[in-house]
Amino acid sequence: MNPTDASGILGFLTADGFAGYGDAAVGIVFLFSLTITIIGGFMACNAERLVRAVAGLALCFIGIATIYYFLNSPLLSMMQLLIYVGAVCITIAFAVMLAAPEDDRKHGPANALGGPLGLITAGLITFALIGLAVNTSFDVLPKENMGTAKQIGIELLTTYAVLFKLISVVLLIAIIGALIIARQGRSK
Amino acid sequence: MSLTILNVLAAVVAAIAFAALNAAYLVWAERRGAGRIQRRPGPNVNGPFGLLQPPCDGIKLMTKQLMIPGGADKALFMVAPVLTMIPAIASFVTIPFSNTIVAHSMNVGVLMVIGFASLGGMAILFAGWGSRNKYSVMASVRSVSQAISYEVPLFITALTVVLITGTLNLHEMASIQAGGFWNWNITPSLSSPLMPVSFLIFFICILAETNRAPFDLGEAESELVAGFHTEYGSMGFGLFFMAEYAHIVIGTSLITILFLGGWGCPFGLYPGVWWFLIKIYFLIFSFILIRWTFPRTTIYGLLNLSWKVLIPITLFNLLLTAGLLKVF
Repeated sequence: MNPTDASGILGFLTADGFAGYGDAAVGIVFLFSLTITIIGGFMACNAERLVRAVAGLALCFIGIATIYYFLNSPLLSMMQLLIYVGAVCITIAFAVMLAAPEDDRKHGPANALGGPLGLITAGLITFALIGLAVNTSFDVLPKENMGTAKQIGIELLTTYAVLFKLISVVLLIAIIGALIIARQGRSK
Repeated sequence: MSLTILNVLAAVVAAIAFAALNAAYLVWAERRGAGRIQRRPGPNVNGPFGLLQPPCDGIKLMTKQLMIPGGADKALFMVAPVLTMIPAIASFVTIPFSNTIVAHSMNVGVLMVIGFASLGGMAILFAGWGSRNKYSVMASVRSVSQAISYEVPLFITALTVVLITGTLNLHEMASIQAGGFWNWNITPSLSSPLMPVSFLIFFICILAETNRAPFDLGEAESELVAGFHTEYGSMGFGLFFMAEYAHIVIGTSLITILFLGGWGCPFGLYPGVWWFLIKIYFLIFSFILIRWTFPRTTIYGLLNLSWKVLIPITLFNLLLTAGLLKVF
């Protein structure tokens, strides 16, 4: 028995596994993942209660994880689930619970960026992204590796070693910052 | 390997049936065990040895009215019990019960189980916040902070095992340990002399992750009523209860695969699904024994144990194993 990720019970959910079912089935699974992501995004932006916004964010991250799985990257998909839903969303939820009570929240436009300026910014970004999408030619590239943990690890420590180091420096700064804030809180 | 939608449905139904059956009868086993330890009979009226008690409880829970407290966040309140059950069912997909009984042998199996387990934290937070009850909120914050603290040593210990076996695939991990007790990961070897310690830490972390006594601070009855599911009645509560036992089954399965050789026999005889079941039920029995033997700790003692004792030991163990693997 040689287990691979493109076969077995869940294998049919990936693009490779769905090839046998025709383009329509591939499209349906992709659209499903996309819909989850977009619904989650709208919930995060438009929710009246902060906790629901966090729930929307979690849904959005789960949608992105399914897209990763669909694209034959199970490792990235699981990491997305573990880090963004399991850690980032929970941290945000903790922060929301420590914030002001729900009853005291303000209504109406937040600030200048929330009004017409925000609309213009959003419009420009949408326009730019559409332009980018239309003008890019999407070629089907040959598969370089299977997206396995080993391959990603080797790439991170050779080709992308500098980026890897930079990310760890950023994380170190974040940890030091958190420690400094926590220290000040204790002496008060 | 040909597969159809029917295969998928069969696997899903089997996973749900296994989880539900275990949840129902582990409750019975726990109550009988508690009774025996506390020198009272436990549920013994319905059916032989009280074996019909779980279906009776199920009928009672399902026929009760679903109450939603006034002012609660309805959507979050309803979503939370479902969200706590999904990871419990989903994790069964990649767990190999024997060499052939596995729904989908993923190459990132360990990550999948741990990733889905981390979704449980969101469910607990939603349940606590959605109930609009300060005890529920406090309990959910406690539960989640405990879960996050114990996830760290759990991951690092799992990483140590991954280093030794060289794979993230649960099926391969168990296959490597085939051939008897001395091949299991729990026995110390030249490149991993601290494996029994790792096993103990992993066991403690699973105990804490599944919110079992002595780590059941989230539902310390004397302080927080019933914890984050105080406001839940009928099947909402039933789902939380079932999920707890499903989590225990998955946790013990993970211990079995990572340290106890999966479906292998200690003497190399007749490997198969029966050895897997014997091992997980032995571990579950020890969970029940521990719950009714030890008193509850305090929340600070609990968090200190994780951050000041377990994490330094696991980090040291990881570095030692990595170094020794390079040498030998």
